[in-house]
Amino acid sequence: MVSGAVSPLPLLEHRLIFVTGKGGVGRTTVARALGLIAARAGQRVIIAELTPASQAPDSRAGGIAEVKLAPGLFTITIDPQAAMEEYLRVKAGALGSALAASRIFGALAMATPGMRELLAIGKVWELAQVQRIRERAAPYDVVIVDAPATGHGVAALRTPRTFAEIARVGPIARQASTIAATIADPEFTAVVGVAQPEELPVSETLSLARALEKDHLRLAYVITNMCYPERFSEAEIARLESARQDAGTLTDAPLRAAISEGRRAAAQRPYLERLRAAFGERLVTLPYLFSAEPDIRSLADRLGTQL
Amino acid sequence: MNVPELLAGKRVCVCAGSGGVGKTTTSAVIALGMAAQGLKVAVITIDPAKRLAAALGLEQLSNDLAQVPAERFAAAGLEVKGELWASMLDPKRTFDELIDAAAPTPERAGAIKENLVYQQISGAVAGSQEFTAVSKLYELFGDDRFDLIVLDTPPSRHALDFLEAPRRLNAFLEGRALQAFLKPTGVGLRMVGLGVAPLVGALKRITGVDLISDLTHFFGLLGPMTDTFSARARAVEVLLRSEATAFLLVTSAQDGPIAEASWFRDALEREGMAFCGAVVNRFHHDLSGGADRASVEAALAAALADPELAARVAENFADYGVLAARDEANLARLEADLRSQPVLPVPQFDSDIHDVVGLLRVHRFLFGSDSEREALIAGLLS
Repeated sequence: MVSGAVSPLPLLEHRLIFVTGKGGVGRTTVARALGLIAARAGQRVIIAELTPASQAPDSRAGGIAEVKLAPGLFTITIDPQAAMEEYLRVKAGALGSALAASRIFGALAMATPGMRELLAIGKVWELAQVQRIRERAAPYDVVIVDAPATGHGVAALRTPRTFAEIARVGPIARQASTIAATIADPEFTAVVGVAQPEELPVSETLSLARALEKDHLRLAYVITNMCYPERFSEAEIARLESARQDAGTLTDAPLRAAISEGRRAAAQRPYLERLRAAFGERLVTLPYLFSAEPDIRSLADRLGTQL
Repeated sequence: MNVPELLAGKRVCVCAGSGGVGKTTTSAVIALGMAAQGLKVAVITIDPAKRLAAALGLEQLSNDLAQVPAERFAAAGLEVKGELWASMLDPKRTFDELIDAAAPTPERAGAIKENLVYQQISGAVAGSQEFTAVSKLYELFGDDRFDLIVLDTPPSRHALDFLEAPRRLNAFLEGRALQAFLKPTGVGLRMVGLGVAPLVGALKRITGVDLISDLTHFFGLLGPMTDTFSARARAVEVLLRSEATAFLLVTSAQDGPIAEASWFRDALEREGMAFCGAVVNRFHHDLSGGADRASVEAALAAALADPELAARVAENFADYGVLAARDEANLARLEADLRSQPVLPVPQFDSDIHDVVGLLRVHRFLFGSDSEREALIAGLLS
C-alpha cells in the first residue's frame, strides 16, 4: 500500500479492480460503495469511469482531471481524447504534442476501431502504477474501474491484447502487452461482476465468467444487487390471498402489494440458486433499496461485512 | 395517447435508451401490436433474453428474419391481422454480408475477411453492433415487404451511442483522414505545419511500423469500396432524419435514466431527428389513495387477525410507497420537460416479461386508449 494503510478487505489488496455487469444492475453504485470502503480504511482510492454516468452537459466537462471527493477518495472520468494527448506528450515530447494538436491526427486516432478503448484502459493502467507516468502525480492504493456494460466491458478488457496482436511489434504493441500482462496478473487485477436476480443479468454474468475464463481471468466476486427481501412465507402469501377476497378499500392495495412482493421474491430464488451454483462463496447479495436514491453508505456497510 | 397514434405514418421506429431499461421487450411489444393492427412489421432484436426469443419463435439464433406464427398470440387472445417478422442481430455476419455485397469479386471479399484489421472491426471492437444494427435497418427499409421496421438498439450506457458509434466506424472506413496521413506528402502532415519526415517518424515511433502497413494494406483491399460505405452512411443519415422515422425513448423511472431522457430529446432535436415520445418501464404507481400508515396497519390487523403479519404488510406497503413517490415525481418531471411529446408508463410487474402472456400484458398498456389504461392501473395487480 503506497499510503501505508492496511487493506480492509482481501479484494481491496488488488491495485486494479474492474467492476462490470449488465446495464441497469447498479454497477456505478457498487463501484462507489467499494471506493467508500477503501477510503474509510484510509486507502488512497480513485474511481475511474470509462464512460461518463450521465451525458448531461454539465458532467461532460471532459478531460482527465483527478477530482477529490473526500479525503483519500478521488474520481476521474476518462476522456479518450485527453488520454491520448497526455500519452503523446509523455511519450513523444514536442513531436507528440504537435501530433496531438493536429485535428486530422486526432480524428484519425479516435476513428481507429478500438483505439478509444485502448487509450482509456491505458490511462487506467497508468493510474494504477506506483511510479505514475503523468508528471508529478501521486500514486493510488486502489483504482476501481466503473467499466462499461458486460459485452463492451469484456471487449475493453481484451483491447490491450488485441492491439498487441495487431501491432505485433513497435511501441503500441509493447505498451499494449504490458497492459495486457497487468490485467492478466491475478495479484494485481481483480474483476467483479455485478448482477441482479433476473434472467438476463444472470445469463450475462454466466457468459461473462466464461468469456473471462478464455482469457484466463476469473471473477473475484459476483455482487448481486437489488435482491427483494423474503418478507412473507408461502403460507402467509396464501393467507393474504384469501384475505383479499373480502378486503376493504384500506386493505386491498397493501394486500396486493404484499402478494406481488412475495411473487417477486419467489421469482428471484431460482436465479440466485443458479448464481450460487456457479460462484459458491464468491456470490454476495445486496438488498433492494426502497429509497429514492441509492444509499451508498448503507451498501458499503453491507458489502464490507460480506466480502 | 398510445403507440399506434405515435407511429401513425411512420415506417421506422427506433427504440433507444440506456442499458437495462427493457428496450428489447418494448421493441417486441411495439412490433407485435402494430402487426396485430394489420401491418407487416419486421423487428430487429439485439441480444434478447432466451425466453423472450423463444416467445418470438427465435429458438435458432438467426440473423435472417423469420415470421412469428400468429397462432401463439391468438391462443393468448390477440389476433394478429398483419404479419410479424423477427430477427436477432448477428454483427459479424451482417458485416460479412456487407463486404460480400460491396466487393467486386468473391476473392476480394475473402481477402478482406481474412485481414486482421477487418476481423477486429467486425467482431471484437465496440461499435460493430451499432454499425451493423443501423446498416440492417437501412437494408430492411429498402425491402418493400414491410410497412414498419422496429429497431431495438444495442445495450449501451447512453441512448445516443447507436448514432455516434456507426459514425466513428464510418469515418474510419471512409479512411480519408488515414490515407491523407499515410501518404508521405499527405495534407494531414502539411497542415500540422512541421516537416513531414520527422512526423512520420514520430507516428511510426508511437504506433509501430507494422500497424501502419496493416492499415495501408486493409485500405488497399477496400479500394473504391470505401465510396460504397460513404454513400451508404449518408443514406442511413438521411433515413434517420426523414419523416418516416420515429425515435422512441425507452427508460425506467429512476433518477438517472429520467434525467437522460430529457437530454436525449434535446440531442435528437439538434440532430434534426424526430423524437416522438417515451416509454417509462417498471413504473410504481401510487396505490395508497392517500391513506396513512397507521390506519392502514390497523385495518390490516383487523382483517388478518394477526398484528405481526399486518405490520409486515404495512411496512412492505410503505416501502412500495417510497418507490411510487419517486416514480410519480420523476414522471411529472419528464412530462414537464417533454411537454408536447407523450410519456407512456408501463408498470413494474410481478415477474420478468419473457413469454407471450407477458408481452400481452405490456401490450395492453402501450396500445390501449387513455381510459383503458386508467382502468388497468386502477386494477393493477389483480
